[in-house]
Amino acid sequence: MKAFTKLDGLAVPLMRNNIDTDAIIPKQFLKSIKRSGFGVNLFDEWRYLDPGFPGQDPNDRQPDPDFVLNEERFAGAQVLIAGDNFGCGSSREHAVWALDDYGIRCVIAPAYADIFYNNSFKSGLLPIAVDKDTVNKLAEECENTPGYKLSIDLASQTITTPSGDVINFDIDAFRKDCLLEGLDEIGLTLQKRNLIQDYEASRKQSAPWLFG
Amino acid sequence: MPGKTLYDKVWDAHVVHAEDADTVLLYIDRHLVHEVTSPQAFEGLQLAGRKPWRIDSMIAVADHNVPTTSRSEGIDDPVARLQIETLDKNCDHFEITEFKMSDLRQGIVHVIGPEQGATLPGMTVVCGDSHTSTHGAFGALAFGIGTSEVEHVMATQTLLQQKSKSLLISVDGETGPGVTAKDIVLAIIGEIGTAGGTGYTIEFGGDAIKALSMEGRMTVCNMSIEAGARAGMVGVDDTTINYIKGRPFAPTGEQWEAAVAAWRNLKSDDDAVHDKVVRLDAASIEPQVSWGTSPEMVTSVGGHVPNPDEIDNEAKSEGMKRALEYMDLQPNTPISDIKLDRVFIGSCTNSRIEDLRAAAEVIKDRQVADSVKQALIVPGSGLVKQQAESEGLDEIFTNAGFEWREPGCSMCLAMNADKLGEGERCASTSNRNFEGRQGKGGRTHLVSPAMAAAAAIAGHFVDVRNF
Ligand code: SF4
Repeated sequence: MKAFTKLDGLAVPLMRNNIDTDAIIPKQFLKSIKRSGFGVNLFDEWRYLDPGFPGQDPNDRQPDPDFVLNEERFAGAQVLIAGDNFGCGSSREHAVWALDDYGIRCVIAPAYADIFYNNSFKSGLLPIAVDKDTVNKLAEECENTPGYKLSIDLASQTITTPSGDVINFDIDAFRKDCLLEGLDEIGLTLQKRNLIQDYEASRKQSAPWLFG
Repeated sequence: MPGKTLYDKVWDAHVVHAEDADTVLLYIDRHLVHEVTSPQAFEGLQLAGRKPWRIDSMIAVADHNVPTTSRSEGIDDPVARLQIETLDKNCDHFEITEFKMSDLRQGIVHVIGPEQGATLPGMTVVCGDSHTSTHGAFGALAFGIGTSEVEHVMATQTLLQQKSKSLLISVDGETGPGVTAKDIVLAIIGEIGTAGGTGYTIEFGGDAIKALSMEGRMTVCNMSIEAGARAGMVGVDDTTINYIKGRPFAPTGEQWEAAVAAWRNLKSDDDAVHDKVVRLDAASIEPQVSWGTSPEMVTSVGGHVPNPDEIDNEAKSEGMKRALEYMDLQPNTPISDIKLDRVFIGSCTNSRIEDLRAAAEVIKDRQVADSVKQALIVPGSGLVKQQAESEGLDEIFTNAGFEWREPGCSMCLAMNADKLGEGERCASTSNRNFEGRQGKGGRTHLVSPAMAAAAAIAGHFVDVRNF
């Protein structure tokens, strides 16, 4: 996985609740067998007025000028401030790949759907959960402050706002370590090959029908 | 010490190693694979020079992208075709069992696992698909994973997991006539909300759940994810065991006896403590219809579209307004006044034989309303289709004006040619009514198969109990 340590990034507010994975990356783009190239179709149905299809030239699209990501002042945003239950819906990791490919490295929301949360770490996208009031406050400041950048430091688990406010966030130790180091989880697990084999051997005794 | 929940039991039996206080390495018994979320995982595996750890744990099928028109016509869409060919190629390369498009056993991944007896009680079951929760109906711990995790399971047969909390949803008493598993689960989501189960594994219990067939329990567990929970489970009983017996992948002989003895223990102990308990009165549940763009936006068929101005929570009221605008509905409209352009009966929620029988019972000797442009029935698998045809259900459907299709996900997510046009309104037996889910600008109302069938005949929603 990609490492995440620190980020000093422009923020963009998208304060809807229940932003689902179908909204993040609509299904017609899931036909790809690649991991990259999803960024142009991030939030496709909100971002463009015309219906999108795979392989289309982005220059032929009609961006919706009212959609926040299309506003000039938010170009190049790396931090997405969003509403509650972000990433609900399907398990498609394409949602994370689309955010990442677009350039978003961190999402700040009150809560996430479990599978999305899990998937984020695999691409080095940091999903930060803080309470609703804090998210609302950040979103409001972001809306009203040109060039609003947030400094995020995973090691110290802090977000620092342009006015110097410091917000702490929680993250479990295991995921934090993996992300800081950008560890290859599969390689790590395979170092425990013996433990997996031991487990299988004993399970074959107690529940042989599982190995039919 | 208090007893164990069903979830504790299955979890504990699969811990290979505790990484730290929160994270364990969990062993995976069954890995279901489909064309959309696997190509990047196979690619990652091959780039790293790795092989699947246990090929016999894997079953693959293409379902999301397949056409539902005659199989002999092949796949028109070149991008979809490449994805399906990639799955075929990967499965051939690694010698993974795959039910190819021409195989009678092909179908929606969550329909075929149980149908083949490949989903067994006490298993851990994963798939790169959030509706893997369906398999929890068998007392299995089954949950959806992302593509990186698909690769992790392929390479190591394990996953790094944090245990969730346990939520017991007890549906007490008896449901009234005409009230189905779909209505139960929609009512549950209406009650606890789409994030109500976030961070939890749900156990569905109570007399109304015990009274359900396996098909019904699968419908309920299927939509656990719509309640925010990665997994939903039901304890094992005779219904479970009778369903599994004799299926192709089920154990036989002495192993069957040993397995059944072990499975009998797969229910929560009487003194087990759940982190949270929610109770619903089954008798109060009526046939449900969703009116918004989230499965929690649901009401009974006799109800009305709610009025956002009457809600004091501002964020919620705003969300409702946005949903009503998208759905083109006015507050206080009676549900039964909502007219449909299309009807879709299918998806891993409601495409099993029982669902088709329920629809057929309503449809028999009636005609799809002229105002309905299309009414589709898409069986969950080739075997479901064959069974339905042997019972003559296909004739009931086609005589009434329904289209009888080949199995697949179809209009549940509209990745293939089956989709709603801009602004079209659909009664659908699927599980998600998100904006654009069934086609850009399409409007989805979630209902049971019987309710969808009645809506197709009437042209608008009707209470199937008086139909
Ligand atoms: S039927 Fe729908 S919900 Fe089920 S697996 Fe297919 S796309 Fe997903």
